[in-house]
Amino acid sequence: MSAISEKGTWARRLTIGLPYLWLVVFFLVPFLIVLRLSFSQTALAQPPYLPLLDLAAGWEGLQDFVAALTLDGYRLLFSDSIYIASYLRSLQIAAFSTVMLLILAFPIAYGIARAPRRWQPLLVTAVILPFWTAFLIRVYAWITILQRDGLLNEVLMMTGLVSEPPAWLATDTAVYLGMVYSYLPFMVLPIYATLEKMDESLIEAAADLGCPPWKAFWTVTLPIALPGVFAGALLCFIPIVGEFVIPDLLGSSDTLMIGQTLWTEFFSNKDWPVASALAIVLLCVLLVPIVIYQNLQTRAIEERR
Amino acid sequence: MRKSPSAFNMVAVALGLAFLYLPIAILIIYSFNDSRLVPVWGGLSLRWYRELLQNEALLDAAWVSLRLALVSATGAAILGTLAALALARAGRFRGRLPFSVMIYAPLVMPEVIIGLSLLLLFVVADLDRGFWTTAMAHTTLTMCFVTVIVQSRLADFDWSLEEAAMDLGATPLRTFLSITLPLISPAVIAGWLLAFTLSLDDLVIASFTTGPGATTLPIRIYSDVRLGVKPEINAICTLMIGAVAVLVIVASLLSKRYSMSQEHKGALGAPM
Repeated sequence: MSAISEKGTWARRLTIGLPYLWLVVFFLVPFLIVLRLSFSQTALAQPPYLPLLDLAAGWEGLQDFVAALTLDGYRLLFSDSIYIASYLRSLQIAAFSTVMLLILAFPIAYGIARAPRRWQPLLVTAVILPFWTAFLIRVYAWITILQRDGLLNEVLMMTGLVSEPPAWLATDTAVYLGMVYSYLPFMVLPIYATLEKMDESLIEAAADLGCPPWKAFWTVTLPIALPGVFAGALLCFIPIVGEFVIPDLLGSSDTLMIGQTLWTEFFSNKDWPVASALAIVLLCVLLVPIVIYQNLQTRAIEERR
Repeated sequence: MRKSPSAFNMVAVALGLAFLYLPIAILIIYSFNDSRLVPVWGGLSLRWYRELLQNEALLDAAWVSLRLALVSATGAAILGTLAALALARAGRFRGRLPFSVMIYAPLVMPEVIIGLSLLLLFVVADLDRGFWTTAMAHTTLTMCFVTVIVQSRLADFDWSLEEAAMDLGATPLRTFLSITLPLISPAVIAGWLLAFTLSLDDLVIASFTTGPGATTLPIRIYSDVRLGVKPEINAICTLMIGAVAVLVIVASLLSKRYSMSQEHKGALGAPM
């Protein structure tokens, strides 16, 4: 028995207590503040919202505070079509990007799983490595390529494929490209992890029994890879919905994703209550995928024991 | 018998890797371009690296980011390792479920929400926003990544080693320092590195939590990039990629040498 698993020791208290306290202060409490602020009103004051809880006034102060809370922020969200359009656009971009990521990542993951054993760690590292170089840098690299007098148009003009340089930046194509590029490792790795464990003799058995390769893939390989596909899809879908940097640098400013709308409400319009309400609704939208992802994670770690 | 990879498999992997590396390669190549217009090749030169040395705003921001990453990665490594030990070792304790929820949720939570909520915390707590508030924010986010990495290492940890040390009379602290920590140190180092690069990389959360005087490198790059591509940015990005590549390679070599020396000792039956 180690000290951590024995009840009542200082080691146990410290090991659990310290990170627990940190997360309560810097994750749970801030979240509750967002929740409370989403029921507030904008005010031309510092801080720019009302009501403020007056603890000195005791019970009556609390009563006044509760009475002054409002649903106005949420009412605005659901009455102004800008916000709903923004949510829908985020979900649509995330869904479409996830499907494209799946289609692209599967052959790569499959190829790595089929590569000679001694090459596999190297190939996996090669897929992970771009993740270690800054996200912003990787998105920025695409600007150099996609801008009007950029490399892509240079190549297209030189080969005579187009006569006029088309605009790539500030289009949906650029956003999808940025999403697929940035999230590809997150999709390849979980799929590879399931395929790597696959017993190859299953495919051979299917072939011996006269099953054509495409059918063997469909009925044997794909079901085995399904947990990885699922984990990868969630790992990409959830953060893409709230993505800010990619649509902001590569997309157009006509249609905003929800991360950008929240950013604008907060930094440009200084409307903290609406920004908070946007955050709470976004979280509610993502709650189901987040809970599913969490269960998958916990189960995966438990299975490894 | 293992079947060898088909041509399709090889092409898929090759194309995938080319897609991942081509933009980074182009960025690096163009940082050595003498021409101000990015797509025009004006010959090889270190011009933009020289100009970078004169760009104090960019250098200041880089220094802020470096200190920030050092502080928050260290905090995250300590807190994240403790959290991983708690989850892997403490068995059942009151509030275990909310604890694991708070560990996993930040991994996928949109950054705008984390940034906004931490900013509101600092406003309510009446803290001046700047270096330290951002360090706390980065520690919170990155400790969760450290926990996941260390936890997966702890999943195949041989706990009888700890028990043996305790049976031989080692105190819990000594057992931890001389048995547990050395064995999980590759994971802790990997976690520290990941925390370091995530902090160096973060734009969204830092934009919310920082204040005047603590502009980080990504915030500076972002505001420059919005005004158009500048060759100096290519140069500093290349330097950052180089620094991270060196760090990752050194770390992987260290952990490989470490695990080899461990196996060696084990094979010889030498005392630890």
